Amino acid sequence: MHANLTRRAVLATTAALIATPRIGRAQASAGLVIIGGGFGGASAARFARLTYPWLNVTLVEPRARFITCPYSNLVLAGRREIEQITHGYEGLRARGITIVQDWAAAIDPAARSVRLQGGNTLNYDKLILSPGIAIRWGALAGYDEAAAELMPHAWIQADGAQTALLRRQLSAMPDGGVVGMAIPGNPFRCPPGPYERISMIAEYLKRAKPRSKILALDAKDAFSKQGLFQDGWRALYGEMIEWVPGNRDGRVTRVDPRERVLETEFGTKHKVDVANVIPPQSAARIAIDAGLADNTGWVPVNPKTFEARNAPNIHVVGDANNGAPMPKSGYVANNTAKQAVAAAAAALRGEPVPEAVYFNTCYSHVGPDYGISIVGIYRASDTAFTEVPNSGGVSPRGDHPEQRRQEALYADAWYDSITRDMFA
Amino acid sequence: MTVARILAAAALPVLLALPAPSQAQAPLAAQGCLGCHGPNGAGMGPVPAIAGRDRAELAAMLAAFRANERPGTIMGRIARGYTDAEIAAVSEYFATRR
Repeated sequence: MHANLTRRAVLATTAALIATPRIGRAQASAGLVIIGGGFGGASAARFARLTYPWLNVTLVEPRARFITCPYSNLVLAGRREIEQITHGYEGLRARGITIVQDWAAAIDPAARSVRLQGGNTLNYDKLILSPGIAIRWGALAGYDEAAAELMPHAWIQADGAQTALLRRQLSAMPDGGVVGMAIPGNPFRCPPGPYERISMIAEYLKRAKPRSKILALDAKDAFSKQGLFQDGWRALYGEMIEWVPGNRDGRVTRVDPRERVLETEFGTKHKVDVANVIPPQSAARIAIDAGLADNTGWVPVNPKTFEARNAPNIHVVGDANNGAPMPKSGYVANNTAKQAVAAAAAALRGEPVPEAVYFNTCYSHVGPDYGISIVGIYRASDTAFTEVPNSGGVSPRGDHPEQRRQEALYADAWYDSITRDMFA
Repeated sequence: MTVARILAAAALPVLLALPAPSQAQAPLAAQGCLGCHGPNGAGMGPVPAIAGRDRAELAAMLAAFRANERPGTIMGRIARGYTDAEIAAVSEYFATRR
């Protein structure tokens, strides 16, 4: 009660102090609703709370805890447990963010409201939508929800069951078995992720089942940090890993989960012992249902504000938007969510949008004491994201053991830093 | 407690909380640093602290990374993406952090 009274008094005082013609009481207590408590949404909530105390911040997230996709490959390697990549919302709640544990069922852009599955409706002045991805079930013949229980994707964490299933299957596989992977075409969540996964599964197999193989069937002809990954694979795992590009019939078009067969474009059937299928993806369903996505399945946004092109008060961040050439990464979600919040806050106060500069670093673990990275800095025009010329790029190739060792340590520091920037 | 006293008690935090946003918040360029350099730039494990260091020293370090005159694993690749004005703003900001 005391807190409520004080808050009301603060709001009243706020309105009086900043009583310019454009700012009244309503704006002084403006409501920012954020859908999704992952890298985009949690970062947006915390940044908004710390930077714009006059914003009421509400975070809608159906799960009590968030399991990160980053570092889930280390769970497959046996280096981490799921609990070590699981985060709660207590820190955000303690900062004064209202956490609504419910599923956002639908958005009404005209009414500026969000309908919750539990029956309530939230009104917003500005909405940050960070819903993540959906799997395009059926885009790969034979791959539906039931198939994912036999051939896990482990590409959306949710309750962690998919990663746990893949790890169990790897544990149960006999030495000398073949782990098959199907890797999609661009764009998809976490461009280096499949290749870090190959590396971390290889690390586990080399230790526990050294006669085993990894057969990576790729829809693409090239991939992120390719030279660095392949150098590392040769150095650490010898002949264990076979990567088949799209132009050598690597594109998987059909799966048979019961027979554990991955079938490629030209009809080659690869029977494997464990199959990890990373399927084609789109923006999460709520973004599609709200009519925000275009025919690519992703949401086109204003590069300076992240407002959906057809819904100015809805800022779409994280993997759901089309931010190319920026990758769909956790760091990009974290960093661009802050610009989206800053743009929303500026609009509410009638101020210009702050100058945009976006940052990404993706570290990947290739093996013990062996880390590599890619960096990108991006700027925005009204129509496009552009990487800053002569900046960013990947770690140097060649014999640099000390750099690899340091980057592996820095990767761990990245994980600890960014999860604090989301949840602390 | 009277309404006037509540307002008086409330006014101080409000005044602190609402200077011009450009003064109060980290420049958005500095937000990119926090994903590795820890909360407020206080450092994280082997990643060095940048909070509370001398402004000129930070700016000189970033300029040296950018010019490829200082060895590092990734800071050269990063620093080359930023303007002089951004390097100055980021240095100024972290110099005031603790």
